[in-house]
Amino acid sequence: MNEVLIAGLYVFVLAAFLGYQVISRVPPLLHTPLMSATNAISGISLIGSIVTAGAKYNLTSTILGVVAVTAATINVVGGFIITDRMLKMFKREAKPAAEKK
Amino acid sequence: MSAQTLLIELSYFSASILFVLGLKGLSHPDTARRGMFMAEFGMLLAVIGTLLHRDIVSYEWIIVGLLAGSTIGIAMGLWVPMTAMPQRTALSHAFGGLAAALVGVSEFLRHGENLGTFKVTALGFEVLLGGITFTGSLVAFAKLQELVKGQPITYKGQNVLNFLLFGSAVVIFIALVLNPGHTALFYAMCALALLFGVLLVLPIGAADMPVVIALLNSYAGLASAATGFALGNNVLIIAGTLDGGSGFILSILMCKAMNRSITNVLFGAFGSATATAEAGEEGVMREVSLEDVATQLAYARQVVFVPGYGMATAQAQNAVRELANLLEHRGVQVKYAIHPVAGRMPGHMNVLLAEANVPYSQLYELEQINPEMPTTDVAVVIGANDVVNPEARDNPKSAIAGMPIIEVDKAKSVIVLKRGRGKGFSGLENPLFFKPVTGLLFGDAKTSLNRLASAVGEL
Repeated sequence: MNEVLIAGLYVFVLAAFLGYQVISRVPPLLHTPLMSATNAISGISLIGSIVTAGAKYNLTSTILGVVAVTAATINVVGGFIITDRMLKMFKREAKPAAEKK
Repeated sequence: MSAQTLLIELSYFSASILFVLGLKGLSHPDTARRGMFMAEFGMLLAVIGTLLHRDIVSYEWIIVGLLAGSTIGIAMGLWVPMTAMPQRTALSHAFGGLAAALVGVSEFLRHGENLGTFKVTALGFEVLLGGITFTGSLVAFAKLQELVKGQPITYKGQNVLNFLLFGSAVVIFIALVLNPGHTALFYAMCALALLFGVLLVLPIGAADMPVVIALLNSYAGLASAATGFALGNNVLIIAGTLDGGSGFILSILMCKAMNRSITNVLFGAFGSATATAEAGEEGVMREVSLEDVATQLAYARQVVFVPGYGMATAQAQNAVRELANLLEHRGVQVKYAIHPVAGRMPGHMNVLLAEANVPYSQLYELEQINPEMPTTDVAVVIGANDVVNPEARDNPKSAIAGMPIIEVDKAKSVIVLKRGRGKGFSGLENPLFFKPVTGLLFGDAKTSLNRLASAVGEL
């Protein structure tokens, strides 16, 4: 067992408990935005792919890295935009001005 | 620790905190947007921090990837219609899985046999989960987009084949951990993961998609977390775990809402077996006229709309809202009852109704609305079937026995908007349609609602 693994496992388990607490409080009303938000957040794998794309380890790595950067960026950018688009629509009371005839 | 490393670690540390705060904001619609801004800021910090990484020698390819991804991301973000949200979500899980798997492959290529047991284990999980998520989500996307048929695709010996496949992937994984340098084993594992993803989702029907999407969400997150272990990066572990946990919680909730176990959803191929076996229940459907329904609605005290996937396919959410507006002007109390698995993904109906400008204070969950059903004058079922099927409550032998339902049959009158006399997605008969309290209004939901609105307007 090495130290990185043990430290990583601590982080993993604590994040799992924290995540459980935080996410159980999200009302069903917001489950679709929740899914697109966590999806955007897990696009954080972008930071792993950025290093792979920019490090010039070898040609294959660079190609794989660029594709990975593209895929992860789509999730981050698209995910946050869509989440915000959805959240903007949730209103407690109807605004009379916005109602259509 | 050099100043550079310190800055990078600081950016990751702040990002981790901002992600958690961001998700905490989602506990209420009022704080949700602010929370998301925090998460976005965290992401920006993490990306800027990463650009300082000492391994990076050239930026041109990074910029190419970032630009391409942003262009596609912005386009999808702005133009995907709300009704296509389940497809988009499935597609984004595919991208997430792909990104994780590719980083894993690249790490393996780079370090080869120098990988320690721990790192190769992490990479193995990353590639396995990433691969399954990638192809599984693509199949889910194809089903939701109706590129392939939504019904379960089953054949004899399917579960045996799937278990064999999964078993061999696990055996290869163990062999790889024992011989980290074995490239052939690694590629065999990748191939099996990709194949298994396809075969896992193929037999799952469209109505079970809420569970599958949530589960793939969980896998995509765990693949990111495994990337974190492989790269020794804590923010990846945290963000991946949050995503994985969220997907897992959602899939449990969806399963509970159908009173089924995850194994049953994944390996049960619901609907295909029962559809042909059951003889149609005897009974007469009572068709009602448009004018009759309009009168009932206009003079009701409380009307509850129960939307299902049919509302999404008919794009009827705005028509519902217009009818509801007219009713409210007449002093009718209007509420919407949302079943957790109505639609094709968790929360699907809420988003569609919010888009049609329905205030969320009128959206009621199953437990909240059921006690009000006996005092409800008219319950209008729009393109929903299984979630209002009384068989689930009354018939312990039914395929959906024990599934919590919205008890519309307890309302004083039930109006079902239905395209035809056919069965729902699960292929089950719905005795609700034959009950004396139920009247059926045949036709496209949107057209019916529009005509109802004009009929109510003339009263």
